[in-house]
Amino acid sequence: MSPAHQHDVPDDATAEPERFEVAFDGRPLPATAGQSVGSVLTDAGIRSWRTTRTGHRPRGLFCGIGVCYDCLITVDGEPNQRACLVPARPGMTLSSTVPGNGPFETAGDTDD
Amino acid sequence: MTERPRDTASTSPRYDVAVVGAGPAGLAAAVAAAEAGRRVVLVDAGGQPGGQYWRHPDETAPRGDESLGHHDWSTFTALRSRLHGLVRRRRITHLPWRQVWFVERPSVGDEPPAHTLHLTTSYAGADTGGEGPDAVTGDAVILCPGGYDRQLPIPGWDLPGVMAAGGVQALLKGHRTVAGRRAIVAGTGPFLLPVATGLAQAGADVVAVCEAGSITGWSRDPLAAAAVPGKAREALEYATELIRHRIPYRQRTAITAIRGTEAVRSVELSRLDREGRIREDAGTADVDLVALGWGFTPSLELVSATGAATRKDIDDSLVAVVDDEQRATVPGVYVAGEATGVGGAMLAVAEGELAGLMTARDQRAPVSQGNVRTLQKRITRHRRFAAAMHAAHPVPRHWHEWLSPETTVCRCEEVSYRQVCGARDELGAGDARTVKLMARPGMGWCQGRVCGFASAKLAAATEGRALTADDLRPTAKQPFTAPVSLEQLAESPRYE
Repeated sequence: MSPAHQHDVPDDATAEPERFEVAFDGRPLPATAGQSVGSVLTDAGIRSWRTTRTGHRPRGLFCGIGVCYDCLITVDGEPNQRACLVPARPGMTLSSTVPGNGPFETAGDTDD
Repeated sequence: MTERPRDTASTSPRYDVAVVGAGPAGLAAAVAAAEAGRRVVLVDAGGQPGGQYWRHPDETAPRGDESLGHHDWSTFTALRSRLHGLVRRRRITHLPWRQVWFVERPSVGDEPPAHTLHLTTSYAGADTGGEGPDAVTGDAVILCPGGYDRQLPIPGWDLPGVMAAGGVQALLKGHRTVAGRRAIVAGTGPFLLPVATGLAQAGADVVAVCEAGSITGWSRDPLAAAAVPGKAREALEYATELIRHRIPYRQRTAITAIRGTEAVRSVELSRLDREGRIREDAGTADVDLVALGWGFTPSLELVSATGAATRKDIDDSLVAVVDDEQRATVPGVYVAGEATGVGGAMLAVAEGELAGLMTARDQRAPVSQGNVRTLQKRITRHRRFAAAMHAAHPVPRHWHEWLSPETTVCRCEEVSYRQVCGARDELGAGDARTVKLMARPGMGWCQGRVCGFASAKLAAATEGRALTADDLRPTAKQPFTAPVSLEQLAESPRYE
């Protein structure tokens, strides 16, 4: 967050939060300051962003509060981050693949 | 205390009281201890205070009225402004975005019996407001880890679009994100109601709330509900909202299968008998969001890491054993909130405040006995309410009969019901720990937090015996209480 956003005064509650874009597998997605990565993906209609190792099953948000690790995603090259926790930042790069390990074998990440 | 060569306890910043968790219990505990003159550190996995119950949009990027969808919001804002004041006066050090990954116990004879909490950030590159310590020591520690939705595997529950009810609620309360357009909310317990009404108010079409139990269960102890009048008001509000949004509340009804290929498309509903067996088909519903919750599972990893005693509570959750002043069975350790027994936020606030006061008293600071008694009475009232709630909303005893052999039990390691049964029938695993070792449920990323309860229930049910605390303990007992990097491990303290 930029220092301009730090405040103590309650009337900031009516101010519009900053809007920006993040990229998911190269696709630009709109985001609002304060949103988690998982929330940005959900707002874009994306329900899953990795597949499981054995059954190749699609996975996205499940517990939504940092407990289940279903929503793991690569954020700015850092693998295995919990999408439900990480706040979206301007220019952030999200990827359904793990660097060096090849793809998670994503199939059908979007459900239009 | 000083001879241990690699003793992080001697180098990490030391506080009178270390509080873990900044939800209802932890906030109240930190504020009470600090106002009683203790120097407090407050460690929280979240980026801002409130925990899961008072999750709200990023305070640095407001999204309209932050109290939207909340109850007891003024209790939170009062605690938050006391916290801010105490942080400004340097009575509380607040460490957000930190998880405790290892608890270093005191050596025998240490006085006070200080614990050192080793910290990792909640995500890589977390904005922790500066460097901050990688460990803190508390002469007393108050553990307020909260809990999360309890889950039961059902066929198709691993499809995208199926979420924990609390996760759906977190998206709404924290981000104003509606997780689906056409939703169904199912499981058991009063928490299903705010999730359903929250979704409807945000514009989703909620086709039903499926309650596996029955609200007539509450009539077993009507005085318990009367003991906490605020809860009756809340229930009335939800009932009014359900009617306003034309959401059917279907009792003794459960989702017994979820269908879809890449995401959920529909659910199959069944009417249940009192024991949770399927009595009859209750139709299907086309949905793109399923919110599931079967009560809550308290987080017991930190409690277990201190070596404090645990027990099975009336709702079959593993909880910490505490005395009537929130002391765990290990010197220097206090526990408050859901980890002492699931009972809701107002109970957690009372327990947290009591724990904060007791750390002060045990460190010889003056504490009003009147305040202590008032809190104990409030706790007793809320406990009675919680007992009635748990009695009315049990996990369906025969839920495992809904499973098919292919049903995923452990989402992380993709262990099926067939494999769990195989560990028992072919390999002779008769308890949860052995099933875990042989079929690997609970061995993945989440370390059994999601399937641990269900695996324990399955082990007990298939042996035809009641669930025991020993069935639940393996999940709570983790060498590390959060995933850590090898770098962190290399710099780690000695651990036994």
